[in-house]
Amino acid sequence: MNKEKTNVADVDRSFYDFRYADDSWKVKSGLTPEIVAQISEEKHDPDWMREFRLKSLEIFERTEMPDWGPSIEGLDMDNIVTYVRPNAERMNTRWEDVPTDIKDTFRRLGIPQAEREGLAGVGAQYDSELVYHNIRKEVAELGVVYTDIESALHGEYGDMIREHFMKLVPPTDHKFAALHGAVWSGGSFVYVPPHVKVEIPLQSYFRLNAPGAGQFEHTLIIVDEGADLHFIEGCSAPKYNVANLHAGCVELFVGRNARLRYSTIENWSKNMYNLNTKRAKVEEGGRIEWVSGSFGSHVSYLYPMSVLDGEGARSEFTGVTFAGAGQNLDTGCKVLHNAPNTSSYVNTRSISKDGGASTFRSAVVITPRAKGSKAAVSCQSLMIDDISRSDTIPAMDVRTSEANVGHEARIGRISDDAVFYLMSRGISEEEARALIVSGFAENVSKELPLEYAVEMNNLIRIEMKGAIG
Amino acid sequence: MGNELLAVRSLRAAAEDKEILKGLDLTIAPGEIHVIMGPNGAGKSTLAAVLMGSPKYTVTDGTILFRGKDLLEQPVSQRAKNGLFLSFQNPVEVPGISMENFIRSALDQRSEDKVRPWVFHKEVQRVLKALDMDESYAERDLNVGFSGGEKKKAEILQLLLLKPTLAILDETDSGLDVDAVQTVSRGIEEFRKDKDAALLIITHNAAILSALHVDRVHVLVDGHIAAEGGPELIGEIERSGFAAYEGDQA
Repeated sequence: MNKEKTNVADVDRSFYDFRYADDSWKVKSGLTPEIVAQISEEKHDPDWMREFRLKSLEIFERTEMPDWGPSIEGLDMDNIVTYVRPNAERMNTRWEDVPTDIKDTFRRLGIPQAEREGLAGVGAQYDSELVYHNIRKEVAELGVVYTDIESALHGEYGDMIREHFMKLVPPTDHKFAALHGAVWSGGSFVYVPPHVKVEIPLQSYFRLNAPGAGQFEHTLIIVDEGADLHFIEGCSAPKYNVANLHAGCVELFVGRNARLRYSTIENWSKNMYNLNTKRAKVEEGGRIEWVSGSFGSHVSYLYPMSVLDGEGARSEFTGVTFAGAGQNLDTGCKVLHNAPNTSSYVNTRSISKDGGASTFRSAVVITPRAKGSKAAVSCQSLMIDDISRSDTIPAMDVRTSEANVGHEARIGRISDDAVFYLMSRGISEEEARALIVSGFAENVSKELPLEYAVEMNNLIRIEMKGAIG
Repeated sequence: MGNELLAVRSLRAAAEDKEILKGLDLTIAPGEIHVIMGPNGAGKSTLAAVLMGSPKYTVTDGTILFRGKDLLEQPVSQRAKNGLFLSFQNPVEVPGISMENFIRSALDQRSEDKVRPWVFHKEVQRVLKALDMDESYAERDLNVGFSGGEKKKAEILQLLLLKPTLAILDETDSGLDVDAVQTVSRGIEEFRKDKDAALLIITHNAAILSALHVDRVHVLVDGHIAAEGGPELIGEIERSGFAAYEGDQA
């Protein structure tokens, strides 16, 4: 049974630090303008971006660490530069160095070896590179731009990026947004022209695999008037990174009567601090749909936000969070109703086991202009055992009497009656519990493309087996 | 001996500290239909739950052999795999898993061969039709939002797809309308097409028994079998109730 374990129970620094052993490279404490300028140079940033980075660094330096959520003391901020500039030696991670639990998970998810290496950041892209190019070609014929953000900065969309980049999530938002602004690297840029419906989901999975990439990636998606897109970020395979901080940023612009679905299944390695910021702005009659599965990381702060800025704009958030041993996942969402007749629906499930802590945190704000708006928040928690934790912190700030808001929260356990019932049909106890948990998370799995739903259920099964093994 | 499907000997079982089964014996041969009748609180449902292995009860004494193997040593799922089935009085609702996928996973765990989804789907459709049940049952979440009658019909659906050798029906016919009783009867008939399929029927009324060839009737009173006999006992109990047997207890 031991082989089935996938969790690193505790964050054992030595376990992850082994490759630092023969590291002769001395680390300067903290980021300096020189280092940021050098990053900017290496990336051939336009001047405005270089200035943006330096300005962000200033903001980073004067901004306090967040003190209201799970502890991030294990994050070594003095060595932040090592996250930003992993030296060549360390980048050169070997497959043998990838933790066994992650290799096992790859194997049981049925991911081919080449992709495993890519996902673990120890190999280049193989087949997926080809798939990515084919998809690009296909959508390009529709006029859709789907590219990495660095090269887009220099092309004909440079001005568009400049107009939108970190306008929704400004570096002043919080300390890690500022850090992101200073050192961001990699990510996707998507532009869907007016009235174009993209039939196939675009998947960032195909282009994340450069070694060490994905720590500070920036995703910028603009869906123009009446257009339609589904974008999928990540996959359920564990993402292994050398450094243990992820401070990405996602900015989504949804035009009039446009629709964007943004799906994420995230399974960072269990030493990761996932301090990610995602935000969408929705114009009149537009619609943002978030589908979010959080499985990995040691600590997460993740609250995708929808800014409903035009009349009749809508937001739907469907999420599941699974916190196992050694994990403290603080997730949820925010909605700002800032126009009349906007509506939002939040439907989340959280699962905690083996002492894991899962907190649902939401904030719904209805401004005085948002008359006739509706907001409904529903969160359910499932605790697998007595040592796990589940909290719900929903906040509602309603500034008009002409709004309709509702909230419901439930915390439950797996009932012995249900386990007995399923077992009486010949299903093992382990499988019965996994089935119940998968069923509980069905709000998310039914919204995912089939192959992702299958992967997510496999992942739940693996996590649940860890509980009994 | 030898030809026994189920052999219960001197069975004692308790819920928490309260003894409910107080030395019970029961023998069922392949293909037989046995009926258990008795007043409320006599321990009928406890017997069903203990046979299936409910964690709510502790067996304090006695033995149970099922197909020659010690049943009490087996986890619940193993009992099911060996051919035991319980139709629950109150089937549990499990959100997020469809009836069809659930039964298929249950079958998948029984053998090395994967059940082929398409073949299984056709089998589900066939059984639904035989039971005069709506096709939508297969896609609905397991028992979620089902009425009492629908839940019982769904139990019979599972019975026919899982094909056990001994099915315990715990008051499957109680509280049903005429239509649902017919479905259950039709299901039992279908189940009995396998000559070795045995039934242990716990019931309050004789309606579903009239069409069946009952082999043996057991009257369960205060945790043990107070009387046994042929199908004629059913009529007797219908006429005079359990008072006579309860009297024996005093």
